[in-house]
Amino acid sequence: MSNIQAGTGAVAAVPDLSPVPAIELDGVVKEYLARGETVQAVKGVSLGVAAGEFFSLLGPSGCGKTTTMRMIAGFEDPTRGVVRLHGRDVTDVPPNKRDVNMVFQSYALFPHMSVWENVAFGLRRKKVQDAEIRRRVGAMLEIVDLTGREKRRPREMSGGQQQRVALARALVNEPRALLLDEPLGALDLKLRQAMQLELKRIQREVGITFVYVTHDQGEALTMSDRIAVMNDGLVEQLAAPREIYERPATAFVAGFIGTSNLLSGTVERVVDGTAVLPLAGYGRILAADAACEAGATITVTVRPEKITISTEEPTGDVSAVRGTVSEVVYLGTSNSYAVGLPDGAEVTVYQQNAHDSSTTAERGDSVWLSWQPHHSYAIGS
Amino acid sequence: MKRLTPYLLILPGGLWLVVFLVVPLIFMVSVSTQQGDVVNGFVQTFHIANYTDALGQYRTQFLRSAVYGLVGTVLAILLAYPVAYWIAFRGGARKSTYLLLVLLPFFVSFVLRTVSWKFLLADDGIVFEPLKSAGLLPADFHVLQTTTAVIGGLVYNYLPFMILPIYVALERVDPSVVEAAQDLYASRVAAFARIVLPLSLPGVFAGVLMTFVPMTSDYVNAAILGGPDNTMIGNIIQTEYLVNQDYPVGAALSFTLMAALLVGIFGYARALGTQNVLEAAAR
Ligand SMILES: Nc1ncnc2c1ncn2[C@@H]1O[C@H](COP(=O)(O)OP(=O)(O)OP(=O)(O)O)[C@@H](O)[C@H]1O
Ligand SMILES: [Mg+2]
Repeated sequence: MSNIQAGTGAVAAVPDLSPVPAIELDGVVKEYLARGETVQAVKGVSLGVAAGEFFSLLGPSGCGKTTTMRMIAGFEDPTRGVVRLHGRDVTDVPPNKRDVNMVFQSYALFPHMSVWENVAFGLRRKKVQDAEIRRRVGAMLEIVDLTGREKRRPREMSGGQQQRVALARALVNEPRALLLDEPLGALDLKLRQAMQLELKRIQREVGITFVYVTHDQGEALTMSDRIAVMNDGLVEQLAAPREIYERPATAFVAGFIGTSNLLSGTVERVVDGTAVLPLAGYGRILAADAACEAGATITVTVRPEKITISTEEPTGDVSAVRGTVSEVVYLGTSNSYAVGLPDGAEVTVYQQNAHDSSTTAERGDSVWLSWQPHHSYAIGS
Repeated sequence: MKRLTPYLLILPGGLWLVVFLVVPLIFMVSVSTQQGDVVNGFVQTFHIANYTDALGQYRTQFLRSAVYGLVGTVLAILLAYPVAYWIAFRGGARKSTYLLLVLLPFFVSFVLRTVSWKFLLADDGIVFEPLKSAGLLPADFHVLQTTTAVIGGLVYNYLPFMILPIYVALERVDPSVVEAAQDLYASRVAAFARIVLPLSLPGVFAGVLMTFVPMTSDYVNAAILGGPDNTMIGNIIQTEYLVNQDYPVGAALSFTLMAALLVGIFGYARALGTQNVLEAAAR
């Protein structure tokens, strides 16, 4: 949980969608012809990335993240739709004429050039004066902490160092936006976490718009100002991390972002915006701010850590559901319970171990689950 | 036992080389300074003049071979590079088919291929005869027995040896590296010149080794496609051995050629910076 707070802390600074977004996709579709069949990799994506924002594209493998990013960089022509950078239509502009730079997943460093030459490459192509190149490359290598390694060849460096060279090589050009395609994918967990913080620091330092592709939801939640969750070529939800986590717009988002419980029921009545869903003989669900009317069947999500487990029936205006503990997993600081409901559904509950060990339930125990109405979130589909 | 394993591994190949290469080589070194003839036998007299005489007498052919080898190699690079590039980057799923096509001529004997060229390019052959009778070419136009024919044959016969190593080098160039260059404001031309070309140089280097040496010492193309003015040093060596049966002169010529080629190749490697070439190749 703490890492999610870190991510949302930065939100205040951003999503100010100023009239001209740094990057704008307007109804972008990409079709490939593979063995005579048309494959739609991206099925119509429209989104705007604000200047200075840390924006993530999150989604499972094959959902079209890389394709979307390559259309922003100019390596793929959209089949339909428009790409705009700072309001300018760049749909037909080749990559070398676009003021965005990309950090490739494989880094794609130039193997026959030194670190210094790699970083200076873009400035040289832009015919920047030598003295200026020396100054900027030096300063950038300092930012990524590679001073003193200028003469190394890429293959003489560790994965994390290569990653930083790739970052410096892109950032030194001071692009309008930096596109990063799973830049930490090849690193081990420890280095990955260190580099996440590093990336975030560098982004703050240089103030450049970052578009970050990842399929790691934790990474997206901790680092981003906003996240576009993609599935099968479409954006399912575009929102700040906290919103994505706590108020997933679709069942897909709820399932993809962490563990989530999905419960369905029929709305009996709506009181002050709170829907009441009685469950035949084993309790009720209260869902605050559910835009629905009596008689509708809706699905709500509730995060495992929002649920309290107890042996007595809870009182007050809370959701209260009875079930039987089918599994208890000790996770160190918390326990994970799987609780079976009479209708066959299974609910996952995380309970801190810190206080009151009396609430610990055993396998086979009959228990009550409860949570606040605003923690049930009605989802679209 | 463990320490011996590497030696055991190189033993068969090593023995093969010693028996069939080093021993004859030493034997030929000895022959090259002998005097005599086939009928009365050759005697070792340490007659170094075999070398100086041979070099003096056949200087033209030596020079001509070097020029043919050089021109042929340059032409081969110019022809092979685009082919290798196309197969490596545009070949798609059919890459191996295209490579097979490149190798297809190898399924026909080297001599036969060259002879069929002679047939095609004959003064009154199936190509030139119709053109001549149609008045599109002058009646005395000919290709056979010219420098063009010999160099053409050399390039044709050794082209695959240039295509393959260049292809292998290009194939190893990560396409995302080229994209990275374009992303960093390099035009297509600049991305090729600064990234693809330098990364493929080890392949060109290997191709030059594999074509320049056999082209320079070739004798089949000059014998079949060339005339008296196109004689190469390979033809002279062949004649000395097989026709004149003057083994010492033949051997002396061979070693002179070998030395010249070695010097040439090492000079070339140095000029190109072996360190870089080998390093890049070892990637
Ligand atoms: N050049 C291509 N030709 C045909 N189909 C392609 C091509 N590139 C991508 N696709 C298809 O488009 C879809 C989206 O691919 P994309 O690479 O954008 O996914 P991704 O979200 O980046 O996945 P990953 O997380 O695995 O990198 C996939 O189904 C893929 O098979
Ligand atoms: Mg991808």
